[in-house]
Amino acid sequence: MKEFRFAIKNTIPIFFTYLFIGIAFGILMSDAGYGVLLTTASAFFIFAGSMQIVMVPMMTSGASLISIAVMTFFINARHLFYGIGFIEQFRSMGWKMPYMILTLTDETYSLLCSVEYEPGLDRNKSAFLIAFLDHMYWVFGCFLGSCAGQYLNFDMEGVIFSATAFFLVVVVNQWRQQRSKLPFLVAVVCSAVCLLIFGKESFIIPTLIACFLSLMLLKRPIKAGEVSDDK
Amino acid sequence: MTSSALYPVAVIAVTALVTWALRAFPFLIFGKRPLPEMVHYLGRVLPPAIMTVLVIYCLRETSFIEYPFGIPEIIASLLVIVLQLIRRNMYLSIVAGTICYMILIRLF
Repeated sequence: MKEFRFAIKNTIPIFFTYLFIGIAFGILMSDAGYGVLLTTASAFFIFAGSMQIVMVPMMTSGASLISIAVMTFFINARHLFYGIGFIEQFRSMGWKMPYMILTLTDETYSLLCSVEYEPGLDRNKSAFLIAFLDHMYWVFGCFLGSCAGQYLNFDMEGVIFSATAFFLVVVVNQWRQQRSKLPFLVAVVCSAVCLLIFGKESFIIPTLIACFLSLMLLKRPIKAGEVSDDK
Repeated sequence: MTSSALYPVAVIAVTALVTWALRAFPFLIFGKRPLPEMVHYLGRVLPPAIMTVLVIYCLRETSFIEYPFGIPEIIASLLVIVLQLIRRNMYLSIVAGTICYMILIRLF
């Protein structure tokens, strides 16, 4: 199975990130009094790190289901934009399509965007295995944190930076692949403006909307930039 | 919610359903129809923009105006970028950057 080897190789960085964040979630759940079954079910069905972590205090304080739904919407609304680049590929994947859609996390999305398939590999099979392995790492991390959290007490502060490092690596790879550098500039400008207006807790959704609209407006110069580099 | 045993199950179900709906949205909108050219274009240029925003999102808690002025984040991020540019080895960049960050936050 060369696709399996390829998927393992590409998902190793995510294995560590998911393991640590998963353990953090598992510990949070068990401290709040929720058992292994609920923790593992959350990991399997929700598969969204930051929302799962926000869900725990809401659950212990008995928040209404409506407020849980609204909170989930705002925390995960960035996922609205992820599918756009994968509509054609996922459509061609048959029965795997719903699974690919429902497991499209930040990390799987980034990996699928930047992965360079080796020649001779079945792209769809590789993409499915990448999504599947990421999902399993997350379930495993959450499960581990839930049942063994109290025994794991090394000082892991700062390990969360591996998520930042992962996204940075993806940006560097994309920088090399993209002919037009304008999308990066658009992202920086939109983030800066939205950070100033909305503050660090709620800037991400306005930023993504601003990027979306700016990129639509800048279609002509960006396409011109892509063509001029062909020479 | 009358039954306290069912409440966490309901919370998990609601969170999962909203997350799924968000992830499925673009696929539901375009169904099986051929994609407009604009969607092809956005599918190509949105990823680099979204990734850049995600990096900024990850660093949002960093304060550059009070001690330690984001120095650990800046040094570790630069290390990741430089390593990835020269060595092109994803694991090396991520592991070295993370270890560097973990050491720096203990020093500052």
